[in-house]
Amino acid sequence: MINSLRQLGRFFIRCARYFGEFILFAVKAMGMLFDRPPFIRETIVQMYHIGVRSVPLIGLAGLSIGIVLGMQTIDILGKFGATQYVAAVVGLSMVEELGPVITALLVAGRAGSGISAELGSMLVTRQIDALKVLAINPVKYLATTRIVACILVLPLLTALADFLGILGGMFIGVTQAGIHYQAYIYKTLDFIYITDFLPGLIKASVFGLIIGTVACHEGFKVQGGTEGVGRSTTSAVVLSSLMILISDVYMTKILVTLWPEVG
Amino acid sequence: MEKSREYVIVAEDLWMTLEGKQVLKGVDLRVESGEALVILGRSGAGKSVLLQCIIGLMTPDSGRIIVDGMEVTAFTTEKEWKKLWMKVGFLFQGGALFDSMTLSENIAFPILKHTGITEKRALDCTEELLSLVGLEGEGKKLPSELSGGMQKRASLARTLALGPSIVLYDEPTSGLDPVTSDSISRLIKDLNRQGGNTSIIVTHDIRLAFQIADHIAMLEDGKVIMAGTPEEFRRSEMEHVSRFIYGSEQPVAGREG
Ligand SMILES: Nc1ncnc2c1ncn2[C@@H]1O[C@H](COP(=O)(O)OP(=O)(O)O)[C@@H](O)[C@H]1O
Ligand SMILES: [Mg+2]
Repeated sequence: MINSLRQLGRFFIRCARYFGEFILFAVKAMGMLFDRPPFIRETIVQMYHIGVRSVPLIGLAGLSIGIVLGMQTIDILGKFGATQYVAAVVGLSMVEELGPVITALLVAGRAGSGISAELGSMLVTRQIDALKVLAINPVKYLATTRIVACILVLPLLTALADFLGILGGMFIGVTQAGIHYQAYIYKTLDFIYITDFLPGLIKASVFGLIIGTVACHEGFKVQGGTEGVGRSTTSAVVLSSLMILISDVYMTKILVTLWPEVG
Repeated sequence: MEKSREYVIVAEDLWMTLEGKQVLKGVDLRVESGEALVILGRSGAGKSVLLQCIIGLMTPDSGRIIVDGMEVTAFTTEKEWKKLWMKVGFLFQGGALFDSMTLSENIAFPILKHTGITEKRALDCTEELLSLVGLEGEGKKLPSELSGGMQKRASLARTLALGPSIVLYDEPTSGLDPVTSDSISRLIKDLNRQGGNTSIIVTHDIRLAFQIADHIAMLEDGKVIMAGTPEEFRRSEMEHVSRFIYGSEQPVAGREG
């Protein structure tokens, strides 16, 4: 009993320490945002790596989620004879919740793991020390640029997932519920305002911040050679996915309060 | 303080523990302006750790380091470090090239980040530096496409890119064939004699040591066991030293007799 209490205590201390380190790292990296030089080119290169290369995956995910959502919604709405509302249900679900979260989880798996593996192996092969002695701040050059790239790219990818999700829903609405595609589009535009998009895109940016910061933080604290790189890659994905899901709960609560029409 | 004016690099009584092991045990060093100091020692003696303390990649537990009048061990701000790093070149034992960049990009990197010159001019400088280390025409290759020795030379070119007046070399010739090794040691010598550079060269290559050293310090188990001119080292009768220079096959007594 005492022993398991002790272990529980240790676990909480570890969590608290990790979280403290994490916040310090985030503050350090973002604190350098406006230091010169701005490393704009490196940020753009990272946006390409993180963003453009994720397009096929995110697009496919958005489309298939939209299709599945469409099929289920039509099934349920059919019981109430309200299948014409499928456009609203699919659209709002994608834009407000599924789009941002699915995008973030997939990017965490694809790009987050890549970032922490890259930085980890740079650390192990002394490339990060090489940056230092060339008088380039490695946190600013490697982490700040990647975190900013994630923050900028996630809303764009989310918008893509939203769009393709709605398209997937429309495909089902047209083929299975016999709704005319124009009517489907009108219904979608009727129910979804720009103010519905905005909370989702804000969420997406926060998820980007989480993915970038967790991945860079894990990469910079690799210990124990190549094996350590593998371990930190795994924990980058696990930790950022967890933080995305947990922060989603709080953000949804906050955003529902701020934008009452969302609820 | 008076003394540090004539010496460009001074280390006083450096102690360092890594993972419970005493790696440096009171190291003292002095390097005069324009001089090449070779630090000899077996692997594991603490040579790389010592160099990394001087450049600030590691922090000694105690002791004082002064480089070019700046008290490195008292640095508190990033600005101070930056000033040191702009002046001092550091060649990593493993090269530490950026593996996502070509050789040219590696070498142009510090130039582009720290000087206002155009990309085109930077590439011209890069070509010059590549030919200096005997790698002309190889600029488009990635580090992974090169042998260890070539990586080392490319890394040397990057180290010299900003024209440092002080250079610390960690095993500049390890992994190089004797011919390339000689050309690198000639390059280091030229940088000292003609360029007026001050350098510390860490090596266990005794040939290199005698080719370029103005002074030699021998590090053994975290302590400087002998310091002096190459001539003094050749004549030394200390067992550790002569065994290092002449190999262990030859009995020390036999050489004396
Ligand atoms: N980062 C490190 N962490 C722990 N121990 C280290 C580290 N770097 C070096 N050491 C230890 O310090 C000692 C000296 O290493 P080093 O200076 O690299 O030797 P060398 O003279 O061959 O360059 C060795 O015993 C090594 O195991
Ligand atoms: Mg070494």
